[in-house]
Amino acid sequence: MTVHASPAEIETDQLLGMLERMYLIRRFETEAERQYKQAKIGGYCHLSSGQEATCVGTMDAMTDDDLLVTGYRSHGFALARHVPATEVMAELFGRVDGCARGRGGSMHLLDPDLGYYGGWGIVGGQLPVATGLALALVRQERPAAVLCELGDGAVNMGAWHESLNLASLWDLPIVYLVVNNIYGMGTSVERASAEPELFRRAHAHRMVGERIDGDDIEEVHAATSELLQTARDRHRPAVLEALTYRYRGHSVADAGLSYRDRDEIKEHQERDPIKRVRSVLSERGVEDEQLDAADERAQEQVAEAVEFADASPEPPLDQLAYGMYAKGSDKQFARMRPGSPFGERELVFDAGLGD
Amino acid sequence: MTYREALRLALAEELEHDPRVFLMGEEVGQFEGAYKVSAGLMDRFGADRVRDTPISEEGFVGAGVGAAMLGERPVVEIMTLNFLLVAMDQVINHAAKIGAMFGGMVRCPMVIRTPNGAGAQLTAQHSQSFDQWFASTPGLKVVAPANPRDAKGLLKAAIRDEDPVLVIENLPIYKEKGEVPLDPDFTTPIGLADVPRKGSDLTLISHSFATKRCLDVAEDLAESHGLDIEVVDLRSLRPLDVETVAASVSKTSRAVCVEEGWPTYGVTAEIAARIGKACFDDLDAPVERVGMAEVPMPYAKNLETAALPGADRIAEAVLETLEGSR
Repeated sequence: MTVHASPAEIETDQLLGMLERMYLIRRFETEAERQYKQAKIGGYCHLSSGQEATCVGTMDAMTDDDLLVTGYRSHGFALARHVPATEVMAELFGRVDGCARGRGGSMHLLDPDLGYYGGWGIVGGQLPVATGLALALVRQERPAAVLCELGDGAVNMGAWHESLNLASLWDLPIVYLVVNNIYGMGTSVERASAEPELFRRAHAHRMVGERIDGDDIEEVHAATSELLQTARDRHRPAVLEALTYRYRGHSVADAGLSYRDRDEIKEHQERDPIKRVRSVLSERGVEDEQLDAADERAQEQVAEAVEFADASPEPPLDQLAYGMYAKGSDKQFARMRPGSPFGERELVFDAGLGD
Repeated sequence: MTYREALRLALAEELEHDPRVFLMGEEVGQFEGAYKVSAGLMDRFGADRVRDTPISEEGFVGAGVGAAMLGERPVVEIMTLNFLLVAMDQVINHAAKIGAMFGGMVRCPMVIRTPNGAGAQLTAQHSQSFDQWFASTPGLKVVAPANPRDAKGLLKAAIRDEDPVLVIENLPIYKEKGEVPLDPDFTTPIGLADVPRKGSDLTLISHSFATKRCLDVAEDLAESHGLDIEVVDLRSLRPLDVETVAASVSKTSRAVCVEEGWPTYGVTAEIAARIGKACFDDLDAPVERVGMAEVPMPYAKNLETAALPGADRIAEAVLETLEGSR
């Protein structure tokens, strides 16, 4: 494990803001699970309770110009990157005001205006894409870097190796953030990876690999800042492995107890990242009332998000094909669409191809 | 100008025309292209815009996807379509779905170009025609030029398109010659079929190399049997120009569809179904299909020839369809 000699101490005000977003993630995820059980949310729903320090610490190390790519456990990163909780919840509800207009759901959140280029649902599939975003940054001479999140389960995919190789070979500004929560679904890192110290994989590609305590927000923030800066300045990629833990199962459908026991979960909860930030702030003299107020504001935001999502309409049926092709493409499809003499009824192509 | 030169001209013109365009793939630069399509382009445009990649299809196809998402215009060369299979996830799950899955907020204007085609004893893993796998995927566009003119026109249209386009080239016709417009703004519209030969007795429908075969068969049958056969070249597999196919078959009342792929669930299956609906009252005979034998491609020359939809098999299908007419 690399120890950062002097982690840049985060200013108290900033840390308070970070605590509020950690609470927002925690409360949001608890609410998401409740809404899932009430069938307001469908599909898969991967929660990140317990991983808040990694989410918020990394996101606050990014500049507005940096780009974010994530896998499918993305609620925490989206909220930490300031995607409005209302839009994230509406997306989980499959509503038109969702951040992907109800077409992506839990696994495909995004907000291009915030430089968030998507949650992706195929393990490791986002890695080559993120690498290409970094290539575009270089071609466009933009002083920015990509932060590409993946889980510990993704490092055994070919896409991981191929992406690291390209990024190092081509000097691309990208940091691969491995969120190591110990389990790829229900298979532990030890049972899945011949080299369970995942950051060491970076060395085979002649790039920096570091392992940090992902539940220590100051360490997360310092390490991410440093590696992103190197990526921006010197176009060198890196691997950052954040050790953390998810309290809930792999998804809401998984109780998370067939491959681990309650003691293990309890043990990690004793080192809870939110409690840790609270105690740092207490030591700095912040009153409990102020800390509780952050939690209360987060809870209000979540309540507002549910209300917003509930009120948002379902996406219109006549726009089933919305966004699939760019504007102008409908002309190319004119000779096979319904309504043309030879169109098939199965080809829903009537309206709303894109903006 | 050859088919190969027409593709090279299209690439050069688009690299010149738009600074966002760049070509990447295995051996496209220093080696000048495994099939020499990109010969001379690295010297002219530099190693950044004509970028050699490692043998790593999933990696660099995905990198093309990411670059396109930020507004670049990557043209990714895959040495042969057979190798695109290892990058299938990036094509089907990523490039094709970005527009719809992200609510239309991000686009993926990339081109994947790759040769395909059998006949050189390249055997089971290098002689495969999987056009229909890609053409059945919403979100993608798939074109397959059959001659040098369309090779230039369709590749240029693909590069200028706002959506991901797979351009399926063809190895056996890289050296075929034909007239190619030199106008740098010439493009072949995506979604429009061509009718390279007019006729009234029967319609042959195909794409890519099979179109050349069909044209040869039509000429031969004109001489040997006095038949007047129309040939439709699909050019685009998605979008598909059903109108041109239907107009032709309504006129001739008979159709034979030809492809180099396995016909079960194939391009000819799609075309036959469309004709069945659009031309039900006009048909004088069942629609016939000719495809590759449904085996992995064998190595032995005689077996390979037998597996492919050669001129004999196409001609036989035409004659049988005419005999079977009401």
